[in-house]
Amino acid sequence: MSIVFFSIVVWIAAWTLNVKLANGTASGTRLVKVIVPTLFGLTLLLVWEMLVRGLNVPLVILPPPSLVVDTMADNLAILWKDFVQTFLKGALRGYLIGCSAAILTAFLVDRFDFLSRGLLPVGNFIAALPIIGTAPILVMWFGFDWQSKAAVVVVMVFFPMLVNTVAGLRETTAMQRDLMHTYAARPAQSFLKLRLPAAMPFMFNGLKISTTLALIGAIVAEFFGSPVVGMGFRISASVGQLALDMVWAEIVVAALAGSAFYGAVAIIEKGVTFWHPSQRGS
Amino acid sequence: MAQEIVISAKDLSLTFATGDGAVHALKNVSLDVKKGEFVSFIGPSGCGKTTFLRVMADLEQPTGGNITVNGVSPSAARQARAYGYVFQAAGLYPWRSIGGNIRLPLEIMGFSKAEQAERVKNVLELVELSDFEKKFPWQLSGGMQQRASIARALAFDADILLMDEPFGALDEIVRDHLNEQLLKLWKRTHKTIGFVTHSIPEAVYLSTKIVVMSPRPGRITDVIESSLPEERPLNIRDSEEFIAIAQRVREGLRAGHDAE
Amino acid sequence: MTQKLLPILTVILALLAAWYVAVVPMNIKSALTTAERAGADVVPAGAKERRDLSAIGLVATNSFAIAATFSQDRPRLPAPHQVASELWKTTVEKKITSKRSLVFHAWITLSATLLGFAIGTGMGILLAVGIVHSRAMDMSVMPWAIASQTIPILAIAPMIIVVLNSIGIQGLLPKAFISAYLSFFPVVVGMVKGLRSPDRMQLDLLKTYNSSAPQSLLKLRLPASLPYLFASLKIGIAASLVGAIVGELPTGAVRGLGARLLAGSYYGQTVQIWSALFMAAIVAASLVALVGVIQRLTLKKMGMS
Repeated sequence: MSIVFFSIVVWIAAWTLNVKLANGTASGTRLVKVIVPTLFGLTLLLVWEMLVRGLNVPLVILPPPSLVVDTMADNLAILWKDFVQTFLKGALRGYLIGCSAAILTAFLVDRFDFLSRGLLPVGNFIAALPIIGTAPILVMWFGFDWQSKAAVVVVMVFFPMLVNTVAGLRETTAMQRDLMHTYAARPAQSFLKLRLPAAMPFMFNGLKISTTLALIGAIVAEFFGSPVVGMGFRISASVGQLALDMVWAEIVVAALAGSAFYGAVAIIEKGVTFWHPSQRGS
Repeated sequence: MAQEIVISAKDLSLTFATGDGAVHALKNVSLDVKKGEFVSFIGPSGCGKTTFLRVMADLEQPTGGNITVNGVSPSAARQARAYGYVFQAAGLYPWRSIGGNIRLPLEIMGFSKAEQAERVKNVLELVELSDFEKKFPWQLSGGMQQRASIARALAFDADILLMDEPFGALDEIVRDHLNEQLLKLWKRTHKTIGFVTHSIPEAVYLSTKIVVMSPRPGRITDVIESSLPEERPLNIRDSEEFIAIAQRVREGLRAGHDAE
Repeated sequence: MTQKLLPILTVILALLAAWYVAVVPMNIKSALTTAERAGADVVPAGAKERRDLSAIGLVATNSFAIAATFSQDRPRLPAPHQVASELWKTTVEKKITSKRSLVFHAWITLSATLLGFAIGTGMGILLAVGIVHSRAMDMSVMPWAIASQTIPILAIAPMIIVVLNSIGIQGLLPKAFISAYLSFFPVVVGMVKGLRSPDRMQLDLLKTYNSSAPQSLLKLRLPASLPYLFASLKIGIAASLVGAIVGELPTGAVRGLGARLLAGSYYGQTVQIWSALFMAAIVAASLVALVGVIQRLTLKKMGMS
């Protein structure tokens, strides 16, 4: 019981500190903006560790963070192989293929207004469906290995990316199009110099959403069939063995991979769309 | 000073159908604009002044009557890049620097890289923005952005400059300054300028010819040849001559209003 | 209306036509094997010889088998009418209470979805209100809420199911938990955006009325946040459905749409997989459409549409 009391004390202390920082004079600085959420996260981990150890929570329900870290350190080779299989082979390849296909399709569709008017609603519709359900079908077509996972990722990222790109290409104002008209610009010139740059913020929105979808797609697709390697495989196998520390280890890897992937795209976005109000911090 | 007619409209009409019936944006508008003139179009909302400008620019198609620009149809004139257009908003591309924005029409029209660089330099000098070539539009004030927009319209040596309420969004002090600059520019370059405005002092100050229009249907109620001298310091706006012309404009506007 | 309908119908018809055409090369190999066993002359003979040949080539040389590709028992790609007839058989022609009825399975998944969605949305709105009114909460939690959208949360689903099962929570609740989690964060992020959407001018006006925080919340922030909330609800409900489906996978559940997908996958029952998938799609589309209808009615009543 003392551990519960202690945890509560720690939580309240950390929260009070955060309140002080958030409402203090330095609250606008970058340092404080990083400290507060970090403190929150660390406190969460600390309380988790204390409560699990203090209350002797069985491992099969919730392992303490320290055990998860240990498991990760002991199994680096396996974690790496799983990462390569799921992320590099499955998610990344599917992401590149799916996004490129979507962008090219959007360019084609853009030339024919009739097509874009028909495709946008249908694309929006399909993007809202549980595409993950196509995983068993794709495993049947492409086999157990990374190809079917990449295929699932392609299907998952295609429609959000298509919808965002088409929307971005339509984003120009009448005035900007009129200006091009007064220059007697050819459609290709108007496309390259106006519509494509103007579409970039939307396209990057789609690219960012797709990073998350890609990783989810690759992992969950492995629940439907996989060779004995891969993050999804390891998670479902470890769950079966009640080796929850390994499950959490894979989740940490997945979380790191997911945020790093998203972050990388966000950095590129900042470079390409430096001019957009959302990037200028206005 | 050549007296050739550059823009000629005869019985120009533009009617479009809406849910509430036909709207006569322009009805039987006839006007001749000579080379080198500075023509202002003034009138209340819906009088057709912007529509008239857009028809000249081939941005709208008339439904009746005739109009020629440089002796050919507006469409042919547009293909020949006969005019530069300045919109109400600067409309600069935020992903291009000021210099890049001015280069935009030059790239499209196929000028060589060396020519582009020279023209950008010259035209930025004309509008007094030489130091801002590498800056981006959002780093400039509204007035400066509009000056850049004008520079962009001048870059490719079109003989005709069409301007649709370019200074409407700016405050009066900036507006006065830009009016002066525009006049200086006009005298240096001898372009034919079509200028749409809401402001009577602005119209009288800038133009050699003032076209007063009124709505429903859109038509010309008066065409005033300005008797003001070519040299126009800002304080000419207090002179008797100026006030008389402004009065005539006001009467033309009221006549159009009362006739509704 | 026809302006919008015609392009959409054209695209849909084109997709259906492409589907029908694709059925032939996809199923030709198994169709030829079946035909050969029934005594027909196939060029070239022997399934092994045909295995590495191009499907389109086989179609060209064995065009008699084309009709058979549309009625295979376990096709690689079921034809649209096969899926439609399976859907019909398992929905309309079965009693809703039957364990083979797709409607029954859909309801199992749907109930978890709706429960989870309600919980996730409710908590999400509460947290959003807290974030907007407490700087400490804003700075501590928001970065994590945004970061969590980049983390493949769905990967945790198996673990959650097993953990909750081991402490005695089974069936509907673990799936609802996953659904709640998946709709929680989009709702938080969207709601925070919406609660913060009124411009400075509006907030200052309320200040001049000496309005308290709860009053501002009720009269300005909440109404202003509705468009954003509805956008998040659409995302949230689709995510909740996916969560419920994936929640049925790990423990080899026998009831629910995810379970049907898994069973079809284990036993090679392709048409069953496709019909379950279509049912899931129909459920998802109906849910999102329902939210859309509620959105339109609500916003119209408030003059905001």
